[in-house]
Amino acid sequence: MPKLNVPEAKINSPGSAALIHIESLSLYYGASKALKNISLTLGEKVVTAFIGPSGCGKSTLLRCLNRMNDLIDNVRIEGSCKIGGHDIYSSDVDVIELRKRVGMVFQKSNPFPKSIYENVAYGLRLHGANNKAELDGVVEQSLRSAALWDEVKDRLHSSALGLSGGQQQRLCIARAIAIKPEIILMDEPASALDPLATARIEELILELKKDFTIVIVTHNMQQAARISDQTAFFYIGELIEFDSTAKIFTNPAKKQTEDYVTGRFG
Amino acid sequence: MGIHRGHQARPVEWLAEKFIFLVSLSAIVMVFLIFLFVAREALPLFFGETNTALVQKPIPTADLEKLSPAKLQQYLELTPAQFAAMDKDTLKSLMDVKQEAQDEVPEEFRNDPDARINTTEWRYLVLPHQWNHYDKPEYIWQPVGQIQKYNIIPLLVGTLKTTLIGLLFAVPLSVGAAIYVSQMARPKMREIIKPTIELLSGIPSVVVGFFALLVMATVLQKVFGYQTRLNAFVAGIALGFAVIPVIFSIAEDALTSVPRAYTQAALALGASRWQTAWQIVLPAALPGVFAATVLGFGRAIGETMIVLMVCSASVMSWSIFDSARSITTTIAAEMAEAVSGGPHYRILFMLGALLFAVTFVSNMVAGAVIQRFKLKLEGKR
Repeated sequence: MPKLNVPEAKINSPGSAALIHIESLSLYYGASKALKNISLTLGEKVVTAFIGPSGCGKSTLLRCLNRMNDLIDNVRIEGSCKIGGHDIYSSDVDVIELRKRVGMVFQKSNPFPKSIYENVAYGLRLHGANNKAELDGVVEQSLRSAALWDEVKDRLHSSALGLSGGQQQRLCIARAIAIKPEIILMDEPASALDPLATARIEELILELKKDFTIVIVTHNMQQAARISDQTAFFYIGELIEFDSTAKIFTNPAKKQTEDYVTGRFG
Repeated sequence: MGIHRGHQARPVEWLAEKFIFLVSLSAIVMVFLIFLFVAREALPLFFGETNTALVQKPIPTADLEKLSPAKLQQYLELTPAQFAAMDKDTLKSLMDVKQEAQDEVPEEFRNDPDARINTTEWRYLVLPHQWNHYDKPEYIWQPVGQIQKYNIIPLLVGTLKTTLIGLLFAVPLSVGAAIYVSQMARPKMREIIKPTIELLSGIPSVVVGFFALLVMATVLQKVFGYQTRLNAFVAGIALGFAVIPVIFSIAEDALTSVPRAYTQAALALGASRWQTAWQIVLPAALPGVFAATVLGFGRAIGETMIVLMVCSASVMSWSIFDSARSITTTIAAEMAEAVSGGPHYRILFMLGALLFAVTFVSNMVAGAVIQRFKLKLEGKR
């Protein structure tokens, strides 16, 4: 494959400042190179979608942003990833502090086997909140923001595992936003849900955009087109194209991008 | 080709299925038969058919005809089968023997009130009794001698002491090790620690007992400075070593099978590894960890050799630094010298049945508790 010369992307959304700077980042699993020299700048309070076929590295890159890759043995990272001007891979970074600032929602909803209330309150308790009134307030606010409050307000203390799949995923979003992160990473948050539940999650993402910077990995190109402001297309560990979503889906610069978004491969 | 059902369609599979069904059934049958055997041997005790009173009022042999068969059988301490097989002459000579035995009772017991007590009555088995020459009522297990004392409370206390010390020692250590191995250890470390701890279960308990008797007893006495070198504390710690691999192995499996998704969610919220293990993984694995503890309890209460080697004086004391004699130890040590069919023999079988019942009930209760835990975790309650 010819070496692609990827230009540093422009920030398209008006009024947004750059928040995440990824510079020539490469990631190795043992000897194999999973991410190849990625450079990317993401703006504040913007929804960015990472798209690409399976195994292209989009989830791996997402997990670089809150250092979840640290949990895997034999992972080595080169280059830098700055959030708010600070390199998150420098030795003075507290991973716990980082993960408080960069929340995450997973592909499969994973509420803890605790009550709905405790699920949302867990992150707050972790970071030292103990005051009942304060917890109650944040739990309610988070559940409201995640459009779940009306459905669960009467059974806050029953188990979260009794909720439907879509409700569980919204609970996970509520849990993530309860600790007020700056950035929310979403790894295919709707891929295990039915179309109705997916639509609710998408509405929610558009709502959350006002307060949070969102990076979402998705397999669903219509979803990327509906909810994101910018889209990055990856292929076998490389960033092929990064631009405004409108441009990627209507007039992509690269042939590969066009082939992928029009469904010719992937 | 017609449609065949059941054994006609796949005869070999049908046979295999029936065979493994029988194999699984055989376990139930075995458990049932063992309990039946143990309980049957103890049965005369429950019906009050045993009598250990040293001084009994002998019935003159001439009165043989006046006695009802049931009463005669009880008087001669015979089983129904034995009784049925005997003719009148044998019965007569047995009654003579009984008479002679009474004549041979040593003089000193003739006026001893204890010698007239049937010590296998329930009140003497479970309640304290003020024996002759004692200052106050006491619980005494002394199955050998002219007046046999069968109070089982010292044995129950001894069992409880050693088992609880064993569990108190083993549960925190093994659950802690399980948390470390399943949640924090690097894969290489895990591959060393896990098989090593599990290897501990392969050590014969007689070897553990020997080690405890010679080494641990001395070391622990030096550290804690108590009086009796061999006591329930040493036995309990040694029991703990036998129980650790059981609890560790099952608890580790339970902790490892907690979905990775929970761990990931907690870590992504900014929890440390320790917080994740303690606050998320352990509660989610609680049914399994509890089951492991119950199994460890069963292993500890049933362990014979270690307690037998380390300490076995049947003193009635709640102090963990006094000796203790557990139920299993008593059965193992005394069964060989108990006269088959005699009161001592019956009481040992009653202890066996008791142990069986305790294990059975504790397993059932634990099963119910685990079920509740599970339902609660799954949000169905």
